Amino acid sequence: MAGLVANTDLLRRLLVGFVRDEVLKVGVRKVVLGLSGGIDSALVAFIAAEALGPENVHAICMPYKSSNPESEAHARLVASSCGICFSVVSITAMVDAYFELFPEADNMRRGNKMARERMTILFDHSALFRALVLGTSNKTELLLGYGTLYGDMASALNPIGDIYKSQVWQLSAAMGVPIEVIEKQPSADLWAGQTDEEELGFSYRQVDELLYRMVDQRMTRQELVAGGFDSEFVDAIYAKIQNSHFKRRLPVIAKVSNRTIDRDFRYARDWGK
Amino acid sequence: MDFTVVLAQIKPKLGCVADNLALVEREIGKAREAGADLIVFPELALSGYFLKDLVPEVALRTDSQEIGRLMELSRGISIVVGFVEETADYHFYNSALYLEDGAIRHLHRKVYLPTYGLFDEQRYLARGASFRAFDTKFGRFGMLICEDMWHLSASYLLAMDGATALICLSSSPARGIEGDSLGSAAAWQQLTSTTALFLNCRVLYCNRVGYEDGVNFWGGSEYVAPSGESIVRGLLLEEECVTATVAEGALRRERISSPMIRDENLFVTLQELQRIMRERGQ
Repeated sequence: MAGLVANTDLLRRLLVGFVRDEVLKVGVRKVVLGLSGGIDSALVAFIAAEALGPENVHAICMPYKSSNPESEAHARLVASSCGICFSVVSITAMVDAYFELFPEADNMRRGNKMARERMTILFDHSALFRALVLGTSNKTELLLGYGTLYGDMASALNPIGDIYKSQVWQLSAAMGVPIEVIEKQPSADLWAGQTDEEELGFSYRQVDELLYRMVDQRMTRQELVAGGFDSEFVDAIYAKIQNSHFKRRLPVIAKVSNRTIDRDFRYARDWGK
Repeated sequence: MDFTVVLAQIKPKLGCVADNLALVEREIGKAREAGADLIVFPELALSGYFLKDLVPEVALRTDSQEIGRLMELSRGISIVVGFVEETADYHFYNSALYLEDGAIRHLHRKVYLPTYGLFDEQRYLARGASFRAFDTKFGRFGMLICEDMWHLSASYLLAMDGATALICLSSSPARGIEGDSLGSAAAWQQLTSTTALFLNCRVLYCNRVGYEDGVNFWGGSEYVAPSGESIVRGLLLEEECVTATVAEGALRRERISSPMIRDENLFVTLQELQRIMRERGQ
């Protein structure tokens, strides 16, 4: 599919330029991001290092006791290969302290809590370093709602939110992200052996082909099915996008005045920058 | 007559008129020192592009101190600049001024305000209602603001009105990362080249750079000769003063070898347009 094959030179320039421009114009020089050992945060680390210089990029690896030790090793590898600052903050003590109060909590609650715990650490370091928090959610995850609201979805700037996972792979290869990180199975790493594709029930490549046609090209259901996509798959993905839309919006405000924030009080975030 | 133009591929700050005016003045000073005859700034150079509710806050009247200052500077170099114009009856236009010898030579108000996809102009701005060519020291010109140029009739009218150069002020967002070159840049290059070729006229295209809320403006300002050939093209994504020498001889030669504009039948065009309007019931 031509549309999913990115011109990586151009994409790299746009995204590196984005981080440089949007960070510097706020009046800061630094960024902080969570480095999971996976490909998305690795790519963002490479983009940020090129944009601001590696000394201005601080990556934090935030493992939980059940995280795969390979993840931290890969995070270290990524940090050392692009030369950025790196630290490790374990979230085990905080998360365990909380779930001692709610021992019955299921995996979803635990996973969300971990994602939000990491968010608070990143935003605390944002204040510590005078650095903006970079987001690491790609377009595939954002459209499917495969992320935690106010957790991994929270950031000041997201360089990769408009590129699909398939394009993340391409750009990562072009920018020199370590091959081990590119080739491993994507995983939220909430428990041993978990993989995204098993949990989602389809592969990223499959769903990217569909999302590109459905979202970017605005093909109708009829066109998608005629083009060879299974109708149940099309409907399931459409429903996922629809049902997760709340995660992509600000909280809904009850309108009572003449100028309600974001409805008829409208300003760009770069207002005055 | 031959003239040297600077296409100032700048990065305005969103909503900061004073800062942008200072930036514009610096660029005017540099261009003047370099001996340029004309400097062209992008669409909404004095305000930035994604203004939304900022429109009334950044708007300037043509008799404002800021525009007066630019008029003064136009005694040394002709200036084309984009800004939000506020009228006496409180309408706000996406406008372009051509300043020459301390006076306003022409004011163009953007007619086609895109309100689709990532654009939302017609929500905030009033629509202009004319395309007029005007005389300058360097010949008869026409001005277009970005989306205007995507309407064939706009360039056509200016050419019919005698314009031999079309100046297009732009804030074009970067989109399309699939091809060999940026999608929106490729589309624009095709447009400027084809327009020049069809109308046997020069195109001076000035596009801004920088980011606003994650949207990139791609630059690539250019001077396209009446043959459709891009003579000088600015860098993609980078701030730059793109300098071009516009040769009168190239226009003359093109109009001799390809006299399509001479042969254009305005009577047929008008008659058919009137018939179409009648049949549409307009």
